Amino acid sequence: MIDELIRYLGNWRNRETVLELLVVHARLALLPLLIGLLAALPLGWAAQRYRPLRAMLLGSANVLYTVPSLALFVILPGILGTQILDEINVVVALALYTAALLIRPVVEALDAVPGHVLAAATAMGYRPLRRFLTVELPLAVPVLAAGVRVASVSNISLVSVGALIGVGGLGQLFTQGFQASYNAPIIVGVALTLLLALVMDALLSLAKALLTPWQPRRARPTGPAQPTGPAESAEPAQPRPTGGEA
Amino acid sequence: MIFGEVFGWLTTAANWTGDGGLLQRIVEHLRYTLIAVLGAALVAIPVGLAVGHTGRGGTVIVGLANAMRALPTLGVITLLSLQLGVLRIGPVLFGLGLLAVPPILAGAYAGVQAVERDVVDAAAGVGMTSWQRLWRVEVPIATPLLLGGLRGAVLQVVATTTVAAFVGLGGLGRPLIDGQRVTDYPRVAGAALVVAALAVLLDLLLAGLQRLVVPGGLRLATRTVQRAG
Amino acid sequence: MNKALIAKLTAAVTLVALAGCSGGNPLQSSTTGENSGEIVVGSADFNENVLLAEIYAAALHGAGAKVTKKLSVGTREVIVKGLQDKSLAVVPEYTGNLLAYLDKSATQTQPDEVYNALKSKVPTGLAVLDKAQAEDSDVLVVTEQTATQNDLATIDDLSRKCGGFVLGAAGEWKQRWEAKIKQLYGCTFKSIQTTDAGGPVTVEALKSGQVQVANLFTTASAIDANKFRKLEDTKRMYPAQNVVPLIRSDALNDAQKKALNDVSKALNTDLLTQLVARVEVDKENAADVAADFLRDAGIPS
Repeated sequence: MIDELIRYLGNWRNRETVLELLVVHARLALLPLLIGLLAALPLGWAAQRYRPLRAMLLGSANVLYTVPSLALFVILPGILGTQILDEINVVVALALYTAALLIRPVVEALDAVPGHVLAAATAMGYRPLRRFLTVELPLAVPVLAAGVRVASVSNISLVSVGALIGVGGLGQLFTQGFQASYNAPIIVGVALTLLLALVMDALLSLAKALLTPWQPRRARPTGPAQPTGPAESAEPAQPRPTGGEA
Repeated sequence: MIFGEVFGWLTTAANWTGDGGLLQRIVEHLRYTLIAVLGAALVAIPVGLAVGHTGRGGTVIVGLANAMRALPTLGVITLLSLQLGVLRIGPVLFGLGLLAVPPILAGAYAGVQAVERDVVDAAAGVGMTSWQRLWRVEVPIATPLLLGGLRGAVLQVVATTTVAAFVGLGGLGRPLIDGQRVTDYPRVAGAALVVAALAVLLDLLLAGLQRLVVPGGLRLATRTVQRAG
Repeated sequence: MNKALIAKLTAAVTLVALAGCSGGNPLQSSTTGENSGEIVVGSADFNENVLLAEIYAAALHGAGAKVTKKLSVGTREVIVKGLQDKSLAVVPEYTGNLLAYLDKSATQTQPDEVYNALKSKVPTGLAVLDKAQAEDSDVLVVTEQTATQNDLATIDDLSRKCGGFVLGAAGEWKQRWEAKIKQLYGCTFKSIQTTDAGGPVTVEALKSGQVQVANLFTTASAIDANKFRKLEDTKRMYPAQNVVPLIRSDALNDAQKKALNDVSKALNTDLLTQLVARVEVDKENAADVAADFLRDAGIPS
């Protein structure tokens, strides 16, 4: 198998194809991440404020997540009127998944902001929007970052499924390798997908650290946090990484 | 109008019965899902409990689980199929199992970790052995998070099992992929709806199980956050 | 406040830059076949079609076109839709199956008849160029063992046994041929198992005995490699399948059309089978094989 790999990667056309697919894959995974996050913020904010909206939005988000990605990729052209092989179908579908994934962390992060902090901000004369952007949002970053990291990995994995509808990305290495009964492209595809996910995760961790300078920098497993010192009491309670509906 | 077509497809009896009908596909789909999740649980729960209980190896295990989340299931399944034999169910079950391990592992680990130190100390103080502490104290308290992890795993696996059809196996992916190939959108949408319905049903079932199994006092205290593990 | 704001902005800009850094406007669809004379060559998801698409792409490149490839997009249904909504401009097709797809009641079977009928049935906006002599047809095959045990040489022979046999074929086979095979040969299979388009799943299903009959393609290397027996289609259920470029009429200029016609002139069945074997068996890169073919045929790439 190793010589198969060496032979595969030794061919410049293969290398070029792999690189192209990697770039497309990254683009198809990251753009929806951004769009989904931007969509989840106002949606989550609305859901947190208005009780009936909360149940409705969280409920539909859960259901959306159960729809298989392939089906969504295929149905969207009919709904959006896009071209059948357009990448935009994948982007929109993944943005929907990302938004669905991130609404709950936004709601819970906003829930977790201590009441006295909000009161203090209001007392200082902050209008709601400014309060949201400069007080609630920064405090929500740790929780959001965890959600965004999960969404990032999920998107990177889902883009591969797009290969089944002919959209670019490392998934093509899987489908074409399988058709040709050729291991090498598949191995390269799996390795690069893993690499991409790791790099994205590292970048997101870095972004989170930059955005929350009041938090300790030590890396720790994503289990519940150890209790922090009194100086950092402004930090909201660390969420549990998994859970069901309570 | 597409809703009408989908509704029409779903209500045609011929699509449900017989060879290759929806009922057969649902059974296959459930079979793949359950075996994969159970297999994953058999590995992930003991490991998660052990790591959480002893407090050792946490970083490594959690790091490994996170890396596993990044594995593309389609890639794993196609590679294993080529290696172990196409049309064998092993590769698919293994690939789906890999998908299910991280949420279950995280649930077990987080569940045990969440037990307050005071409670564990009290148990030790009363004279419980390590084993007893684990089974009589930590596991019952960990149950909500553990079941939460299981629910997350089931959800992910049910949606991803559709991929099995790409390597020639059955399941609800079959009408999904076959329909997509001939642009039979009512079939695709119908199959997708059935998958979603199945996922919701399984989730409700597990939620019910959670109510039964979790001790009453804990139910009040539990506040879980992230659904997808 | 300022430090935090700067950090936030930096992170946001970084993410946006990453998303967009892979060249060009990320929101612009990359399937614009109509922009700046760019030609999008597509292919179905089986090895030979991918190879043919590579050949067409290289030939068009040699004729001065800017070419993008969208390979393995799926079946004919998807491809025709793609041509019609301008996601694709050129695809390699097969006269007989394309005709059957466009006109279910077509009865022509001989190469020239099929081609002429096809020309008249192509939807507006699309066109077919010259056909090649090379043919790649669907073919029903059985294992050597099944053939000798049941004395099978033609599909007629098979029709005696259909009721006890399972057929392995791609998902679309059923709606294309199930009625026809019943009508022509009186054959109704015990059941039809969806495998794939002449790929590893179909081959494995036949080898392992999960199916007793399989639908492959005549140029597939798997047939010789596994000593499968082809069943002769005496009543010509599968019509002539000459390789032919299906294009969007307005997508190619004359020089580009000539390039593809030159390709068709140079392509015969034996050559095609050899080229496919290089991709399927030797695992060579299809674009490399395409380049060799064009070089040998004297067509610029």
